Amino acid sequence: MLASHEDPPMTLRSLLIALCALIMGAAALPGVAAAQVEIDINQGNIEPVPIAVPAFTGGGRGADIAQVISANLERSGFFAPINPSAFPERDLNIAVQPRFDAWKAIDAQILVNGQVTVEADGRMRVDFRLWNVGDGSPLLGLQFTSTPENWRRVAHKISDQIYERLTGETGYFDTRVVFIAESGPRGKRVKRLSIMDQDGANNSYLTDGSYIVMTPRFSAGSQEITYMALRPTGSSIYLFNIETGRQETLGRFAGMVFAPRFSPDGKRVVFSVERNGNSDLYLMDLRSRGQTRLTSDPGIDTSGSFSPNGGQIVFNSDRGGSPQLYVMNSDGSGVRRISRGGGRYTTPVWSPKGDFIAFTKQSGGVFHIGVMKPDGSDERILTTSYLDEGPTWAPNGRVLMFFREGRGGEPRLWNVDITGRILRPAPYQGSGSDPAWSPLLD
Amino acid sequence: MRFNTQSVLKMALIATAAASLAACASKPKPNPDPGPRPGPSQPDRPYQPPPGPGPVDSRPIPGSSQDFIINVGDFVYFDLDSFDIRADAMPVLDAQAAWLRRYPNVRIRIEGNCDERGTREYNLALGSRRANAVREYLVQRGVAPSRIATLSNGKERPVDPGYGEDAYQRNRNGQTIITDGAR
Repeated sequence: MLASHEDPPMTLRSLLIALCALIMGAAALPGVAAAQVEIDINQGNIEPVPIAVPAFTGGGRGADIAQVISANLERSGFFAPINPSAFPERDLNIAVQPRFDAWKAIDAQILVNGQVTVEADGRMRVDFRLWNVGDGSPLLGLQFTSTPENWRRVAHKISDQIYERLTGETGYFDTRVVFIAESGPRGKRVKRLSIMDQDGANNSYLTDGSYIVMTPRFSAGSQEITYMALRPTGSSIYLFNIETGRQETLGRFAGMVFAPRFSPDGKRVVFSVERNGNSDLYLMDLRSRGQTRLTSDPGIDTSGSFSPNGGQIVFNSDRGGSPQLYVMNSDGSGVRRISRGGGRYTTPVWSPKGDFIAFTKQSGGVFHIGVMKPDGSDERILTTSYLDEGPTWAPNGRVLMFFREGRGGEPRLWNVDITGRILRPAPYQGSGSDPAWSPLLD
Repeated sequence: MRFNTQSVLKMALIATAAASLAACASKPKPNPDPGPRPGPSQPDRPYQPPPGPGPVDSRPIPGSSQDFIINVGDFVYFDLDSFDIRADAMPVLDAQAAWLRRYPNVRIRIEGNCDERGTREYNLALGSRRANAVREYLVQRGVAPSRIATLSNGKERPVDPGYGEDAYQRNRNGQTIITDGAR
């Protein structure tokens, strides 16, 4: 049933992070200097900040690490990496201050330099520093240690630190995405459960494509996935441990079961059960396997998604005549409609920060990805196309991934930020759908 | 269209497909007396073709999946975002019910399908409603509920991969598939 991993899953705990090895006290920075380069990512229109990320010294993976960092920051939309051919200095010794005037001359505002050292036990140590070129002030200095094969994750963790230091928001680069890799002609697509790093690297298949799979979701620990499989004999919900490869079903049901999502503590799954044509939301306790029925309305009730504190569930229902978004307490009480605009609203997803709910909206013959506050106010439409569907949140609650299928095209993964300003294809070359972003990895 | 896996049925389908292309299909029959053969040994004798074979009618075996598909119809169609049985679907479902009453060993699966102008999970629910609407209609017409399974494919198995309303209409359907007991 399971295809073999092309790449063994990373042992998350093998990454030893010497996080507190602050070479320079970032907390003690003069506020004025830092203010010059701090970025408010909740602003709609900002100019990307020119940043220079020269190859880390020490050979080995130094150049690769710098490249991964540079690409991550560029994709965020808030940074404009400067072409390395313009760099005034190379092989920057991290013990020596860069020549800030020379970096100023190429309009760099931020400079990242670093060094890779292979230690006696074979482990790789990466030191890096973040500089404000304008006044030469140090913004951050950290050291990471890991096994050499984990160099991409080190680069992602450094990217997260830089992003957080400069934007004030948590990073989202050391994360993975599960999704459905699609191939073959329209109407007869082969669909395989897949996993990759958020930048498209380390892609591997988790199912072999012999049956349809849909709507994977991560648990809070990033080690378990729940997804739905569709076969001629019926549908099943699976729990799949990506570390061990162990897989089990949620159980046997008389009707269709679909739309599974973990609770924030990973102990329960909310999902839809269909009986005699009617779909309702159920909650299953994964340890006891006890089920609680949350809705019993003759309308369609599906796509439940927990609030980050686990107290509420947003879901999709057509009980009012057309598909709209509703919020209820996680025991099924207190149901209220939150979507108010014209159109059909589906696939609600509560932001991990709790401040927004993302959704798919259909109106005027096109599809949109949008966000609204949990009370339904402040609706923002972020995208428009022939078919945009299924948003998922990056763990910082500021970036979304979704899939877009053009007329005559294949589904592709896309990213958009919550302002709608930064909209671009996700860094995955193949055809894919139903992305789900992991939390930050350990 | 999708069919079940029994090779017998597949072979029958090929015959059916041929039958649907031409009103009658013909097959050459072995002739016990083909007459004198033309050949180099008789170069001066003009060739006379043997007597032509007569027409052979072909039709699905009554009670077979092909009989059901060709003579009854396995698809009914739905309006946008609706699971109401339309007036044009009723005669098809009436005929399905009559056929199923006539062949009481046949078991079926009704699959509900949706067009792509909706999201996946909502369409799974909508497809379930469609499959169940067909099921209820057949039960009302005397087909035992125990003979009927239902499944929703949502928008995952479009019969028409095209774009535009014609394709979407074909993809909003309920398909009755014979799973067991056919001849």
